[in-house]
Amino acid sequence: MGDGLTALCGGALGLNLLLVVALLSVLIYNGVGYFWPRPVTRLELADGAVVLGEILDREPVFESLDAGVPAMRIRVKVGNRDLGGADFRWIDERDIVSRSLPPQAVVLERVEWGNLYGTMVELRRGDEVLSTGPEEVWASFRLLRERKLDEIAVARRLERKEIGAVNHDMERLRLERKRLEVAPSSAETPAALRAIEVEQGRLESRFEALSQRLFDLREDLLAETLIVEAADGTRAEVPMVEVVRAVRPNDLGTAQASRVYLSRVWEFLSGEPRESNTEGGIFPAIFGTVMMVFIMSFAVAPLGVLAALYLREYAKQGPVVRMVRIAVNNLAGVPSIVFGVFGLGFFVYLIGGTIDQVFYPEALPTPTYGTGGILWGSLTLALLTVPVVIVATEEGLAAVPRVVREGSLALGATKFETVWRVVVPAAAPGILTGLILAMARAAGEVAPLMIVGMVKLAPALPIDGYFPFVHFERKFMHLGFHIYDVGFQSPNVEATKPLVFATALLLVVVVTAMNVVAIAVRNRLRAKYASSAV
Amino acid sequence: MTDRTDGAKAVSNEDKVKVDLEAAPARAIASDSQRPAAPTPQDVAQVTSPAIADPILDVRSLSLWYGTSQALNRVSLVIPSKRITAFIGPSGCGKSTLLRCINRLNDLIDEVRIEGDVRLEGRSIYDPSLDVNALRKRIGMVFQKSNPFPKSVFENVAYGPRIQGVNDRRRLEHIVESSLRGAALWDEVKDRLADSALELSGGQQQRLCIARAIAVEPEVILLDEPCSALDPIATAKIEELMMELKEQYTLVVVTHNMQQASRVSDYTAFLYLGELVEYQETEKLFINPVKKQTEDYITGRFG
Repeated sequence: MGDGLTALCGGALGLNLLLVVALLSVLIYNGVGYFWPRPVTRLELADGAVVLGEILDREPVFESLDAGVPAMRIRVKVGNRDLGGADFRWIDERDIVSRSLPPQAVVLERVEWGNLYGTMVELRRGDEVLSTGPEEVWASFRLLRERKLDEIAVARRLERKEIGAVNHDMERLRLERKRLEVAPSSAETPAALRAIEVEQGRLESRFEALSQRLFDLREDLLAETLIVEAADGTRAEVPMVEVVRAVRPNDLGTAQASRVYLSRVWEFLSGEPRESNTEGGIFPAIFGTVMMVFIMSFAVAPLGVLAALYLREYAKQGPVVRMVRIAVNNLAGVPSIVFGVFGLGFFVYLIGGTIDQVFYPEALPTPTYGTGGILWGSLTLALLTVPVVIVATEEGLAAVPRVVREGSLALGATKFETVWRVVVPAAAPGILTGLILAMARAAGEVAPLMIVGMVKLAPALPIDGYFPFVHFERKFMHLGFHIYDVGFQSPNVEATKPLVFATALLLVVVVTAMNVVAIAVRNRLRAKYASSAV
Repeated sequence: MTDRTDGAKAVSNEDKVKVDLEAAPARAIASDSQRPAAPTPQDVAQVTSPAIADPILDVRSLSLWYGTSQALNRVSLVIPSKRITAFIGPSGCGKSTLLRCINRLNDLIDEVRIEGDVRLEGRSIYDPSLDVNALRKRIGMVFQKSNPFPKSVFENVAYGPRIQGVNDRRRLEHIVESSLRGAALWDEVKDRLADSALELSGGQQQRLCIARAIAVEPEVILLDEPCSALDPIATAKIEELMMELKEQYTLVVVTHNMQQASRVSDYTAFLYLGELVEYQETEKLFINPVKKQTEDYITGRFG
């Protein structure tokens, strides 16, 4: 009987472990392989058509399932959306005459239109032909590419930094002007307005100059074009600068393939999304998630800890405190979307709206804080997770023995000194446990954020080089929402399926990393306050 | 908070258990304690109190109730300066409660009601205008269970001075060293000052608590069964230390252990069921007790 029970308990634990392993395996299997360069197969079909692409799936043809040996069909990513339309094609294996892996087949990852599969035939500068033939073009492409990357960097810096700064200043001046116009006019107003006009004029001419420079740079950048011949013989003209990455996957050794893999993974981690999130990286989402959790922690830790301190140390224990405690516990069970609605009504409309009226009247009717933003998202999640922190802190405080408190009081310490210098440090590991749970919960929460500031694509990170550097009012991207958006809201769902798994895996990694840091801190505290004798 | 009321209840329950479990004499005393015809405390004091030349604490007709159960009944005694005074008696007799009245630690417990007075050098410690925290700086305490703070050895001892606003590192180091020397712990922990206090042995922890108490230079040190959780060697060290400490401090010790009381104390008070039965020079109380109850207790007939 006892053995049976042990086996049952062990089995239950085993099942749980299996679930965890399965979860990670599914994410890793589906997400990690995506970045590895797959071979590009050239298929000649019975009707004379030629297809070039990556073979992704193979499955029985539905109609032939009853036959002894069912016919198979394959799913091929053929890309070339600008030439042919669909990204993917199902091909019945019975129609395939021959298969080959042409070493000269090239995959161009582009800024627009997705992948291009074909063979390089020509490299041009304007009308001048620089080289012809697959091998020659490949060699000169790679040489030219290095230089182009530098030029792209220069153009980008010009666009982002210098023109961005001018735009920022112009917006500032516009608001300043409006502020002067809104405010009751005084003796200095006309002079100030004139000063702004002069400044605006200066900025405008600078903007003109910078734009011209950018235009010239673009001209240069766009000068070289690559002519690629697709499998069916149509030719595509691709400006060099639009090529994100060019790979000849059938011609790669393992080391080269690994380099391509790492560069793709790095792009995924550090890049910005392209093509409505279906390509490129997810750095803004990682950044948004981590920053949101940080702000949330800074809000929830003092709020929860102080509330718990009052409940446990100062409040007179009785029916009222018991009721409050029950209410706090029940708060943890309120559906998260309800917190989102509360955040929208309270933080965004009421507090944010008021802040706008008082501090940013010149920007109205464009809201500054009166719309969803990372601060409101974080505060909403802080409310959502505060019960977790309160409960854990209370448990931590309750575990500090009475004799320790009395020891402090007997030395002439006041109640506050005792709580602050003895009880709270002793309860710190428990408090941190609560914070860890709160962070884990907040990092995974999506629903409430959708209505208080999380967006599909944020134009800028919440931290940048412009004063005041941290922009709490900005909208932000979030890994959890990104998963949903990429998987189910994107124009090319089929292509982004692996990204769903890769992003989910990354979310798990981010949450785990934050937890590991917090747990390390807690364990250091535990070791410091080894609770053996108390 | 609940554990506090539980604690209060435990006292009264223990009383009842004692009464139920003890043999006939205890029962007789128990009924006697309701005493329709008992002598007044003043009478008792005259018969069973020693003459004290140099008093520091004066407990005057002190009664204490936890809720409705009475834990102390009109206890009066005078505690001499720079001597060791021991409180003995069976569990639940109120000796710890009496001790905790001296530094007003009972204030922290809900539903405690106190009558009577305790005077420290002539001034009432229950005077509403008195600063309790200042009082507790003058009257240190060492608890039954060693209760070092979850901090380093150094910070444990430095805690009291820091509370009093001493932040100068050199001065703190000086205080910590002299306090640890005073508690006969310096040689054992001088290389471990930064270690957690909880890594020390039980006896070392208790001496650390004594060092912590003397770091604030109190006048009186209350010791609540300081050796009950220690082995005989550690106990001997603490007792030796107490003998040294009485050169400078007034010590009041609650103990279960009558040998300990007879070994270390100069005066001994025997409490039973919340009443002071007899208070004498230790030698006199153990060799020639006035009261029958005292004799029964010290000869081991009950308790």
